[in-house]
Amino acid sequence: MNTAFEHPTYNYKVVRQFAIMTVVWGIVGMTIGVIIASQLVWPQLNLGLPWTSFGRLRPLHTNAVIFAFGGSALIGTSYYVVQRTCQVRLFSDRLAAFTFWGWQAVIVAAVISLPMGYTTTKEYAELEWPINILLAVVWITYAVIFLMTIKRRATSHIYVANWFYAAFILTIGVLHIVNNAAIPVTMMHSTSIYAGAVDAMVQWWYGHNAVGFFLTAGFLGMMYYFVPKQAERPIYSYRLSIVHFWALIMVYMWVGPHHLHYTALPNWTQSLGMVLSIILLAPSWGGMINGMMTLSGAWHKLRTDPTLRFLVVALSFYGMSTFEGPMMAIKTVNALSHYTDWTIGHVHAGALGWVAMITIGSMYHLIPRLFGRTEMHSVNLVAVHFWLATIGTVLYIASMWVNGIMQGLMWRAINPDGTLMYTFIEAVEASGPGYFVRLIGGLFWVTGMLFMAYNTYMTVKRREALSQQPAPQAA
Amino acid sequence: MNSGDFQGVVTLVLIIAFLGITWWAYSKRRRKDFDEAANLPFDDEDDESPARDTPAASQDAAESRQDKGDKNT
Repeated sequence: MNTAFEHPTYNYKVVRQFAIMTVVWGIVGMTIGVIIASQLVWPQLNLGLPWTSFGRLRPLHTNAVIFAFGGSALIGTSYYVVQRTCQVRLFSDRLAAFTFWGWQAVIVAAVISLPMGYTTTKEYAELEWPINILLAVVWITYAVIFLMTIKRRATSHIYVANWFYAAFILTIGVLHIVNNAAIPVTMMHSTSIYAGAVDAMVQWWYGHNAVGFFLTAGFLGMMYYFVPKQAERPIYSYRLSIVHFWALIMVYMWVGPHHLHYTALPNWTQSLGMVLSIILLAPSWGGMINGMMTLSGAWHKLRTDPTLRFLVVALSFYGMSTFEGPMMAIKTVNALSHYTDWTIGHVHAGALGWVAMITIGSMYHLIPRLFGRTEMHSVNLVAVHFWLATIGTVLYIASMWVNGIMQGLMWRAINPDGTLMYTFIEAVEASGPGYFVRLIGGLFWVTGMLFMAYNTYMTVKRREALSQQPAPQAA
Repeated sequence: MNSGDFQGVVTLVLIIAFLGITWWAYSKRRRKDFDEAANLPFDDEDDESPARDTPAASQDAAESRQDKGDKNT
C-alpha cells in the first residue's frame, strides 16, 4: 500500500490493519461456526478425526469471533476514536504496531493449539499459559498506548466513548490475568491455582465480565462514537451517558454467579448474582435508549443509509438481549433454560445482533474514511449485507428459542410414577430441525460477510487508483 | 461485622454513589461542559468531504449542531 493518503496528524496505518483483519477474522470465525453448526445436523462431518471434532472446533469458533473478529474491531476502532476525539496522534507508532502483530500472533497460536487439543478447559479462556503470557504483554501495551494518548490529548474533555474503551481495556487486563493464574506443568499444560467452587466462581466472574466489558462496554464505546457520527448529530443525552457508564460498570462486576445457578456455589452468591442481573436491565436500557434517541428527528436517514440501519438494529438487538439476559438469570427461569439451546440463542442475539452488527456498521463508516473516501464502493451491497445479517440473526435466535424451550420441557417431563418421560437422545433427535434452521441463519451471515469483503476490497482498490492522480485533499 | 451487615453497607454505599453521580451529571453547572464534550466527535471534520445526505437532511444536522455550540462549522 502506498502512503499518498497518510493523515498528517493521526496514525491510520494501524487502524487500517485492524479494520482489514476484522473482516478477515469475521469470515474465518463465522465459517467455523457454520461448520460446527453443520456437525450438529450431520455428525459425520466430524470426519472421525480429533482435530476436526466439535469439542475442539467450538472453542476455536468462540475465540475467533470474540477475540479475533471482535478484538480486532475493538482495538482498531479505539485507536481511531481516541485519536480523533483527543485530537492527538497515538502515543507510540512502534508500540501500536507491536499490539497489531502481537494480537495476530495470539490468534494464530489459538488457531493452531486449539484444534490440537491444548486447552485449559476454561470457557472463553481456553488458551494455554505461554499464549496467555503473550496476550497479557500485548494487552498491557495496548492499555499504555490508549491511556497515554488520552493523557496527551489536545481537548479538555475525555469523550464518553473513551471512558467505555478505557473501562474495557483495564477490566479485561485484570480479568485475564486473575482468571488465568495457573501453575505451568509442561510447555502446553497448566493447572489453575484455584480449586473447586472457587475456581468455578473465578471462571464465571471472568466469563460474564468478558461479556460485560469486552462484548458490552467496548462496543458501547464504538456506539457512542459511530452512532452520533453516522447520524450527524450529537448523542441524545451526554448526562445520561455518564450515569449509564458508572451504573453499568458498578453492576456488571457482580452478575457472574448466574452462570452457576443450582450448583455447588453457595446459595446466597447465586441469589446475589440473580438480583444484580435484574438490576442490570436499567443501565443497559439507559444506554440503548440514549443511542436510539440520538436519531430523533433523523429517522428518515434510515431510508437511505444502510450503515445507520446496521447501527440502529444493533441497538435494538442490544435492548432485546439485555432484557432476555436478566430474565434468564432468574433462578426459576434458569431451571428451564440452563444447559439448553436457549442459552446459545441468547448469546447469539447479543453476538450477532449487537456485537457483529455494531461492528459492521462502524466498519462501513470507518473503512472508506481510512482509505481517503467518504463511502463504500457499493452502498447497495451494504444494504444487501444488512438484510442478510438481519434475517440470519432472526433465523438463528428463533430456532434456538424453540429448541431450548423444547429441550428444557422434555428434560423435566416426568411420568406419574416419577420416572423421566424422555431419554436424552429423544430431546437431541427432536432438536434436529432447529439445528438445520440455525445452519441456514449462519449461512446468511457468512454470505453477508463475503459481500463485505468484496466491498472492502473494491473500496481499497479504488483508493489506490485514485492516489495515482493528484490528491484532492489529504485524508 | 457479619456478612449480612457487610452486604447492607455495600448496598448503601453503592446507592449513595449512584445518587451522587446522578446529581453531579445533572447539575446545572456541568451543562456547558457536557454540551462541549458531546460535540467532540464533530470537532474534527477538516478532512471529511461535505455530508452525503440529501441537502435538507444535512442542513438539518448542521443547524442542530450549531444550536449545541459546535465551534467547527
